Amino acid sequence: MKGDIPLAENMNSPKTGPNKQINITAKKRLGNWGEYKTGFLFVSPWIIGLLVFYAIPLFSSIYFSFTSYSILQPGEFVGLQNYKNLMNDELFWKSVYNTVYFAVFYVPLGIIFGVALAMMLNMKVKGMAVYRTIFFLPTLVPHVALAVLWMWLLNPGFGLVNGVLSTIGIDGPSWLGSETWSKPSLILMSLWGIGQAVVIYLAGLGDIPEDYYDAAEVDGANWFQKTFHITIPLLTPVIFFNLVMGIIGAFQQFTLPYTLTQGKGTPANSLTFYVMYLYDNGFKFFKMGYASAMAWVLFVIIMALTAFVFITSKRWVHYQGK
Amino acid sequence: MDGTRKKKVTRFSAHLVLIIASFFFMIPFIWMVSTSLKPLTQVFTFPPEWIPKPVKWSNYIDAMNYIPFFTYLKNTTIITLVSTIGAVLSCPIVAYSFAKLKWPGRNILFIITIGVMMIPGQVTMIPLFLLFEKLGLVGTPYPLIIPAFFGIPFYIFLLRQFFMGLPDSLREAAKIDGASEFRIYWQIMLPLAKPAVLAVGLFQFMASWTDFIGPLLYLTDSVQYTLSLGLQQFQSQKGSEWGLMMAVSTMMTVPVIILFFFLQKTFIKGITFSGIK
Repeated sequence: MKGDIPLAENMNSPKTGPNKQINITAKKRLGNWGEYKTGFLFVSPWIIGLLVFYAIPLFSSIYFSFTSYSILQPGEFVGLQNYKNLMNDELFWKSVYNTVYFAVFYVPLGIIFGVALAMMLNMKVKGMAVYRTIFFLPTLVPHVALAVLWMWLLNPGFGLVNGVLSTIGIDGPSWLGSETWSKPSLILMSLWGIGQAVVIYLAGLGDIPEDYYDAAEVDGANWFQKTFHITIPLLTPVIFFNLVMGIIGAFQQFTLPYTLTQGKGTPANSLTFYVMYLYDNGFKFFKMGYASAMAWVLFVIIMALTAFVFITSKRWVHYQGK
Repeated sequence: MDGTRKKKVTRFSAHLVLIIASFFFMIPFIWMVSTSLKPLTQVFTFPPEWIPKPVKWSNYIDAMNYIPFFTYLKNTTIITLVSTIGAVLSCPIVAYSFAKLKWPGRNILFIITIGVMMIPGQVTMIPLFLLFEKLGLVGTPYPLIIPAFFGIPFYIFLLRQFFMGLPDSLREAAKIDGASEFRIYWQIMLPLAKPAVLAVGLFQFMASWTDFIGPLLYLTDSVQYTLSLGLQQFQSQKGSEWGLMMAVSTMMTVPVIILFFFLQKTFIKGITFSGIK
């Protein structure tokens, strides 16, 4: 009884600071814990997904890369043998060369074309939905059909491209049949299907506030100045994103050359890309250990390039409001 | 006067540039449709005949008999719809947790998520295949469906960016009214994120619909094949049925074109990079 009275008094008196505060922090902590719990609960599907579909496969593929594992027989631990063999595998180096060649041309060209196309598709004219759909068409056509279409377009005998070239007096190369021209052909085809990147650039252009252009207009800036002093700098975060994704995509080139050559990489392996060779090793020759070693070499290359892009990005990526 | 004339000239040249460029991007589609209506003898002629004569509508019927079209269509539709539902259910709630809820380790996990986006699919391809093999799921469509239900990093990233742009005040207000976190998410925040959810849904739809390597790896029995695998069957040692192949390609492409045409504006609005860090 006695103990209750001061407490009750305390409750009513204005000097209850400490007591109340304890109460509030306890409640807050409890509230935080509640939010933690919901946070974890909401993110839990992804934690499972991250572990099962990414982390565990990633780390087990390191292990596989040190074994001679194949589906047909349980593998043995072979140490660095797979990696040593890779270094002496001529076709491996050929596939590296082909892939790097493709990436070096495709990635920068993809950015230039992608940004230019997106700027065109961001103009305020009637019927834009139709234009945007048209530019997106090549990404919607199934790859197998695209491959057939390009074989026809680039056919040295009756193809449209050489037909047009011959009318202006140029004797076109045999494109996909030629060792020198097969990769440029593939770069051309890939540039044609950059609709997905264009959509992302378009979204980035939509995020640039109209005010900047209005202000530039007042100052008498021309189109050129507006493009290079407002649009491009403010688009750099998106360009950065697409650059990273473009590098990853270029190194993973698979479906188009695979369907184009029916998995053979012809002529003279000039279209054998890294992932095609990886796929052959893993799923045609069942050398899964060897293929895992290839996958890890690829991963290290991509990580190194991405890290390099990240480091340089501080110099050229501008964020709004900073 | 001068101003409006200048505007008219700009608008005209804009259309001109767009039309010329469009032409190049239209070629695949025009050729695909045109070939789908040609007899085999007319496919490779030069100069190309863009309008087939006579128009061979029967290619469409023949194509459906050449491969088990409706079986493949059903398989493709099931895989596409279920994996799209999976992505649309799992990714927004995960992204919401990253964007709006506070919990220890959130930022580190988000950085890991972005890192995962950079793992080439081929690195995890073999172990994943072996995992599904152990589970006895190779030869079933499940490996093409299940992962979508557990979140896809690129989509989580896009959605998180979008949720970041939504004001916190709505959440606070609903909280004061005593709404549970799940109700706030489901009834207030998720409807506001509709453009982003739509973008993710469309991305996943298109990816599954035309996916080639996934079905190539996991579908072993031709009864389970998807349309993109079925297309290959028109190419054979005996010669290729180009017209029939293009008929199926056209039937595969048209629904996606219609979808994109009507949704493109919302789709683009749903992708946001502001607040990227």
